[in-house]
Order: sequence, then structure tokens, then C-alpha cells
Amino acid sequence: RHAAATPHSLAGALEQGKPQTPLPDGSSRTGLKRLESQTQPLGKYDLQGIGELAVNPLGDRIINAFFKEGEDLTDFRSFIRVLAHFRPVEEGKSNETGRPEPMNSRLRKLQFAFQLYDQDSDGKISRDEMLQVLRLMVGIQVTDEQLVCIAERTIQEADQDGDGAISFEEFSVEKLNVEQRMSLRLLK
Amino acid sequence: PRARDAPSRRSGAGAMQPPTGPALASAPESAPGAAPGSSLLRWQWREVQAPCLVAGWILVASLAKIVFQLSKKVTSVVPESCLLILLGLGLGGIVLAIAKRAEYQLEPSMFFLFLLPPIVLDSGYFMPSRLFFDNLGAILTYAVIGTLWNSFATGAALWGVKQAGLMDEGVEAGLMDFLLFGSLISAVDPVAVLAIFEEVHINETLFIIVFGESLLNDAVTVVLYKVFNSFVEMGPVHVQATDYLKGVASFFVVSLGGAAVGLLFAFLLALITRFTKRVRIIEPLFVFLLAYMAYLAAEMVSLSSILAVTFCGICCKKYVEANISRKSRTTVKYTMKTLASSSETVIFMFLGISAVDTSKWAWDTALVLGTLLFILLFRAVGVILQTWVLNHFRLMPLDRIDQVVMSYGGLRGAVAFALVILLDGAKVRAKDYFVATTIVVVFFTVLVQGLTIKPLVKWLKVKRSDHHKPTLNEELHEHAFDHILAAVEDVVGHHGYRYWRDKWEQFDKRYLSQLLMRKSAYRLKDEIWDVYCKLNIRDAISFVDQTDRATSALWLCPACPSGERESGSGACLDLQVIDTVRSRRDKEDAVMHHVLCGSLYKPRRRYKASYSRHFISPSAQERQDKEIFQQNMKRRLETFKSTKHNVCSAKSKARLKKDGRKKVSSLGVAESEACTYRASPSSLLAAAVLVAVDSDDEESDSSETEKEDDEGIIFIARATDEILQGKKASGSLDVCPSPRIIPPSPTSAEKELPWKGDRGDLAVYISSETTKIVPVDMQTAWKQSISSLESVASPPGAEPGPHAKTLAGPAPEERHMMPEQRTCFQFPNPLLRSSRPQSASSPERTEQPELQPLMAPDEHGRMSTSAGPSNSRWLIQFNRHARFSDG
Repeated sequence: RHAAATPHSLAGALEQGKPQTPLPDGSSRTGLKRLESQTQPLGKYDLQGIGELAVNPLGDRIINAFFKEGEDLTDFRSFIRVLAHFRPVEEGKSNETGRPEPMNSRLRKLQFAFQLYDQDSDGKISRDEMLQVLRLMVGIQVTDEQLVCIAERTIQEADQDGDGAISFEEFSVEKLNVEQRMSLRLLK
Repeated sequence: PRARDAPSRRSGAGAMQPPTGPALASAPESAPGAAPGSSLLRWQWREVQAPCLVAGWILVASLAKIVFQLSKKVTSVVPESCLLILLGLGLGGIVLAIAKRAEYQLEPSMFFLFLLPPIVLDSGYFMPSRLFFDNLGAILTYAVIGTLWNSFATGAALWGVKQAGLMDEGVEAGLMDFLLFGSLISAVDPVAVLAIFEEVHINETLFIIVFGESLLNDAVTVVLYKVFNSFVEMGPVHVQATDYLKGVASFFVVSLGGAAVGLLFAFLLALITRFTKRVRIIEPLFVFLLAYMAYLAAEMVSLSSILAVTFCGICCKKYVEANISRKSRTTVKYTMKTLASSSETVIFMFLGISAVDTSKWAWDTALVLGTLLFILLFRAVGVILQTWVLNHFRLMPLDRIDQVVMSYGGLRGAVAFALVILLDGAKVRAKDYFVATTIVVVFFTVLVQGLTIKPLVKWLKVKRSDHHKPTLNEELHEHAFDHILAAVEDVVGHHGYRYWRDKWEQFDKRYLSQLLMRKSAYRLKDEIWDVYCKLNIRDAISFVDQTDRATSALWLCPACPSGERESGSGACLDLQVIDTVRSRRDKEDAVMHHVLCGSLYKPRRRYKASYSRHFISPSAQERQDKEIFQQNMKRRLETFKSTKHNVCSAKSKARLKKDGRKKVSSLGVAESEACTYRASPSSLLAAAVLVAVDSDDEESDSSETEKEDDEGIIFIARATDEILQGKKASGSLDVCPSPRIIPPSPTSAEKELPWKGDRGDLAVYISSETTKIVPVDMQTAWKQSISSLESVASPPGAEPGPHAKTLAGPAPEERHMMPEQRTCFQFPNPLLRSSRPQSASSPERTEQPELQPLMAPDEHGRMSTSAGPSNSRWLIQFNRHARFSDG
């Protein structure tokens, strides 16, 4: 519980800063700046101490998603950047052209999820990667062989170019309700 | 809550049941004592009258449905409920003309006790629970606040109209009467909503909100109706402040109590089905009985019975489905749907019939028009206001179009009608006016709104539901999303809806499921795995639908000892067959096939013989047919999947692995559950490997394959002794399986007469539980068919070039064979892999010519010229050897 204190206070900070939310919109930059200066860098260990995360099958991977490769600390800015993936998509905003792809677009949300599968980040979910994810997510009742079956089948299903792996394009054509499933109302 | 014991309004022959007796359930009670004197025939109409009428009406309604469906044009435009109401009007008119009085009304007691429960149970049981609970907030808001607002606003506005003097003097009603009327007319009706919206196919979220509202507002309606009814009966002057408080309190009691009763019975039901293993045949009965008991129990203590059944259905489903057998599941589903559908049909028809009875009517234009106007207006206002508030909290806001559909979809139906009939005419003096108005409102909403909602939805371009088949990817990713979001919520420290759902799931997993599910069901429970099983079954079914049966018949004939199958194969309905040009080659192939099958291992006959030696079972034939089917299915599914998903040869490697595993795992596979049992013929692997491997030999082998799981062959080859040891060396990566090494394989296979090898297998596997096994001989048989199939596909006499062409050609048999052949290329594969990088786009066609030289043309009478068949032979050998060394 003690270890969880830091993220929780961060959440409080986030709540305060809610109107200005993570998008680099600029309008309320000062508020964000103040927040940034107030918060301490967040360590991996802090997140790993959260009890619920420990039982989450994808917990470790998500924790890692908050940290850059090889680093154990994250500052407020990059932390918020990761969180920004989970902002609900606002209607009308997506139509604006000429702007960089917002962090909370469908594509970005999907990318975030994709990276969780794609551990070696070669842009493909290989059979082994799929198997690893399945091993994490599927209960222990299912035997390894069955898992292999599922993995094969899953890849077969999505694999369109026949390379035996799921590329991001193949991943993103799935009819998923990403906007809804990958959004936190808290960040609205 | 409602005065269910209202005196039966029907007179004479129309009385379907005595007011207290259960009409639908009770068999005709035999006449007390025989009539004096003897007679050959006696007219006993009185005895059978009630059930006969019930059956007759249901029959009429069902026949009407058939007639409606005859014309696609009509049913695509007009919802069935509208047609039924119109039919009811017509029938009512006929009855009125013949009998000179209106009969066969929709009795409130009959409606609430018999017609409504099946519909509610059906909707609760098949409610998409995830969607329902995701939107529970919105649903509850609309159901509670919306209904309250509607009834008060409508009642008050009507009272205002009355005060303004626009209504006829005959409408003797005070504020309380109008509020009472408002309460019964304002509730959206689940039956009507379901009937109309099921045909509209709007998106799930919108549907669940409207439909959930119609179900959950029952509590509000019941309370309001009861409270106002008592107020009216007491007389407005006697109503005290405490009565209002009691009204408010009773809302919570009625709604929460109803839900609690439902949960209680759901728990009981789940618990009972846990122990029905030996009484499979009555499993479905428990579902219906317990749910009905929930309804009656809630009704008995005047709680919301609809809520009770709804929650019973929603909550029990998960455990019940896990506990009961697959057949029972189907039975439950169909019975439930049948009951609900016939109830719905009867309800709408009787609504029509009841409307004909003009004796109850008292028309007042101002009241009718006012009511129509107000319910539409206030519904729209209510929806817009509530949505505005809700959208602040919703992740996905409901937009304008959704709001239009929601307000327009507020249909009224039989519940309102039954409630208004239940009013006590002595106390509520304007009852006749209310009845007439209710009928008009119901007819207006069902007929006019029901008819126009489809075009409206089309015109507004409301997001429709996209009914795509569930895919494994979807299931997996959505689970992943849930986990991701739960994790992010944890990181942020925000305990939202997901947090509690997670907690609930953990609790469910730890305690509830263990308590309420069978051990076997609990062990095998995993959603992703479930989807996988389902997909396999679906594939199997669609594959059966798609493939031409001629091909399968060709394969089956030699193997099948019974003539039935051959005759059955004559009925070939598939288009692909028509396309097939029966070339000479095809005929040759067929002849070849017969030759091969004649001289090869014959799984069926051997199997039968050895089987009957151990067991003399009358159902041997049946089992055999089944097994043939399964065997064929399994093989064909494999090909189907690969053709469907365009797997190219890069994948064959993966398949090889599986092959190797399969051989291991299937040595003595006993399957316990229906699901996995079903899955196994269709899945790539035998589903549940429960039985331990027989001997140490095999165990070491299995570990062997695990280690070098690239080579399914090695395991097989290695199993046998001298010759095959050499074989193993050839099978490993470095050494090319040159023709020089391969020739031993036919001889080895020859040495072992196939049926002998087979018999050895059977002795082992038949002895264990015969009914639940996909025995290894199925595997071998499968291999067998592959080998025979391959020989068909590549007749030795053929020149490589044209042959490859044929393979690519449209002949369905051959197309299906192609992937199989890949399995047979196990030997060339290592060679290929080692000699040159295998490009993803070089399918087997490039390999095909290379294989050709491997076949000795003069040996084609034997089965194994290429590697594949010999493999299967070795597997057999191995098994036998293992057996022998054991014993």
C-alpha cells in the first residue's frame, strides 16, 4: 500500500489537472507545468507494488509500457503521454486535418495494445509472442497443447499475407470497439 | 401486485380456465364418475374444452405465422406483431359475428401468469450480460426516472386537459385516477419492444438501453400502479403523508426484493444443475421450473416478478450453461425460444381480438388524442433531458439520432392493456374510457410506430448492429483491452466500474464458480478456449455445408461397410460438383483410389471386427458411422481451414509440429466433456488429454517431440526398431531423405500387414471407456485416408508438369487434398529447408515435381511410395511394438 502512494497522489494531481488534460494543446500549459514540477519521477518499483497490478495477467507488460527501454524511472511528462492513449475519443476532433495524429486516436490506441503483444517490437506478433500472451491470459486449466492450438488458430485467422505472424495492419482490421474499450472516462 | 384474482370476464364457453386453476398446465380432469348407463361414444367436450381451446388458439396463431412468412415482401415491411394484431382483429370480428358477443379476451390473469413469464425469461436468459451491465446506469436511469417522469407528467397533463373542460363529462376522473392511468400507460412494454426491435437490428447499445428499460421499469410500474390504485380506492381525501412515504419505500422493496428473489432462485438453479449429471434428461426442466418459481414467488409476495425472472435468467446462465450437457443446452434454448415466441404470438393476436369487444369501450376523443400526444411528447422530453445528463457520465455519448430512436421506440403493449383491464370498474369510474384509450395507444404504438420505425432507422442512418461472426482475435484482444484498462486504472489509482468488475470476477472465480459449477466444467472453463471450441464447431458445420458430398462419398465408400452411405451420397446438392469436369484423370484417380483402398489398411472393417469381439453392442453400426464422420470431418476441417485462411506453405512447418504432437497426445485420449468432445474431431488437436501415456516408451517419446518439435516425423520413425532407426537419421535435419533411403519404407510397411497393426492398436484403446474416446485408430485411420488420398492426388503414372496443373485446377477433391499433401511432404521439407531458404510464396507446387521422382511407378499398387503413407504405417508399427514390448 505504501508503494502505491506515489501513483495515487499522481492520480490526484491528474484529477486537478483534468481540464487541461494530457494533450499538448497549449491552452493550459502553465497548469501542467506546475504539476510537472511538483511530481517526483515515478519508478518501476512503485508500480510493481500495486497489489491489483500484480494479479493482472498483463500487469508487467503494462508497467513496462510506461517506461522507456532500459529505464526504471519515468517523469511526469512521459507518464502522462502514456496515459493520453486512454482518453476517450471526442467527436469532431478527429476530422481536423493537418494536425499530428492525437494520442487518443483509434490508431494510437491500437498501437499501444499491439506493442503489448509485440514484445520484440519487430512489428509483428509472432506465434511465440501470441503464445506468451495466451499463456498469461488463459487460465491454467487449458493445457499447453491447447494453447498452441489457440495461438495457431488466432494467427491463422488474422494472418492475411500468410507470413505466419500478425502485422499491425492485420491487427488493426479487426472489428474491435477500440474507442470504447480502450478509453477511461476518468481522462475525459 | 395486480389483482390477479379478478373475476373471469369471459362467459360461457369462452372461459379458458377457472379463475384459480392453472389452465395451461393442468391436464383435463376426468369427469367425476361415469355417466349412468353405457354408451359406445360419449361427447366429452366439456372435459377437454379448456386445453383444447388453448391448443387451438396457439395452433391458429402459429399457422398464421407460417402464412405471414410466405410473403417475404410483406414481412420485410410490416413487423409480425402488427400482422398478428390485425389477424386478431379479423378473428375477433368473426367470433363476434358468429357468437354475437365478444369472447376469448386477453385475460390479465392468464397474461401475467402464463404468457408473460416465458418472454421475460427468454429475454433475461439470453440477455447479453456484459452489454447489459455495461449500460446498467443508463438503463436504470431511463427505467426509473424516465418512467416516473412519464407517468406523472402524463397523468398531470391529462388532468389539466380535464380541468380545462376539454373532456367529456362522462369521464369521471380525478387527479388520482389520471395518475393511475398515467402510471399504466407510460411504461414501455418489453413484449412490444422486443417484437419490433428484433426486426430492426439497431446497434446493440441502443437496443439494450431501450429493451433493458422496458424490462426494468416493471418495478416502477408495479409500485405506481399499486400505490395509485390504493389511493383511488381509499379516496383522495383519506390519503395521508405516510402513505406517500410508504409508496416511496415500497418502490425500493418491490424492486430490490424482486431482484433478490431472482438472485436467490438463480443460485438455487445453478446449484441444482450441478448435480444433474445422472438425470440429464430432465436438466432443462429445472431451468424452466426454477425460473417460473421465481416468477411466482415474487408475484406471491407482490414484488416485481419481471425483475425476478430477468435477474434469475441473467445470473444463472453462466453456471447453468456450464453445468448442463450440450444437448440440454440446445433443448433449453429451443424450448425457451419456442415458448417465448408462441406467447408473444398469442399475446398480439389476443390483443387484436380483445379490441373488438366494444362493450368495454367508451370513446372520448380528447382523452385519446391527449394521451397519444402526451406520451409521445413526454417520452421525447424525458429522453432528451436524461440523455443530456447521462452523456456527462457516459464514455460514449448517445447522440441525437439515438435519442430520436429511443423516444420513438417507446412502445406500449399488452402489459398496459392487462393492467387497465384489471382496474376495478366500481372504484375507477372512468375505466371504460381508459380501456378504450389504452387500446388505441397500444395499437397506435405497435402499428404506426412499429411500421415506421424501420424506415425511420434507415432514413436516419442509425448505426446498425454488425453481425459478424466472433473471431478468436476479437475475443483475445477484447480480453486484453479489459486487462489493460484495469491495469491503467490501478496505476492511476482510480477505482471505477472496471475495478469492481474485476473484483467480482475474482470473487466469482474463487468462490461462486467453485460452488456452483461442476468440477469438470469449472476446470475447463476459459472464455478464450470456449470461443476456440465454438469456432471449431462452426467451421465444421459450415464446412459440411460447403463441401461437396461427392468427394466425401468417394472417400467414404470403400471404407464404409454399410450401403447406406453410398446411397446417401447420391444426393449431391453442392454447386461445386456441377462445376467439376470429370476428366479422365479424375476417373483414373478414382480407380487408383479404389485399388489402394482395397489393398490397404481398412480401418472400418477391422475396427468392427475387433470391436465386436470385445463388446457386442447393438449400436456398433451407429458408432462406426459416427466415427467415420468424425474422421472425415477432422481431416477435411484441416484442409478447410487452410484453404479458408490462405495458409501457405510456410505454415506447413507449424502444422508438422502439431502433427507430431497429435500423435503423442492422442494415444489414449479420453474426453470427458461434451464441449471438448465436440471440439476434438474438429480441432487440430485432441482437446483434453486426460489419460496418462501408456508406457515409458511413449513418455520418453513425447518429451522427445516436445524438445525437437520441429520434426513430427522423428518421433514416429524413431519408434520402430532397426529399419526405422536408420530412418530417423534420414529424417533429421541434415541428411537428405534421398530416394535411396526411402525405399525401405514400403517394405517395412509391407512387412506389417496393416490390419494386424491396427488390431494391435485397437486392443489397447478399445478396452478403456469406449463411448468417450477418439481412439488412436482414428488417428491412424485419418493418416490412412490421407495416404490414400495422396495416392489419388498424385497417381504415379502422371508426368510432373500436367499433374501440378491438375492440382491447381478447380476440381474440388484435389483442392481439398492440397494441404494434406503438405503433411506428406514432411520428408522433403527438411531437405528443402536446408538446401535453400524457403520463401513464403513458394507453395507446394514447386515441391511437387521434386516429390515425383520419389515415387516408383511400378509400386503404385502398394500404398506407400511417398513419405506420408509410410509414416502412418510407422505409427501403427510403433504402437504395436510398444504394446508387444509391454506385454
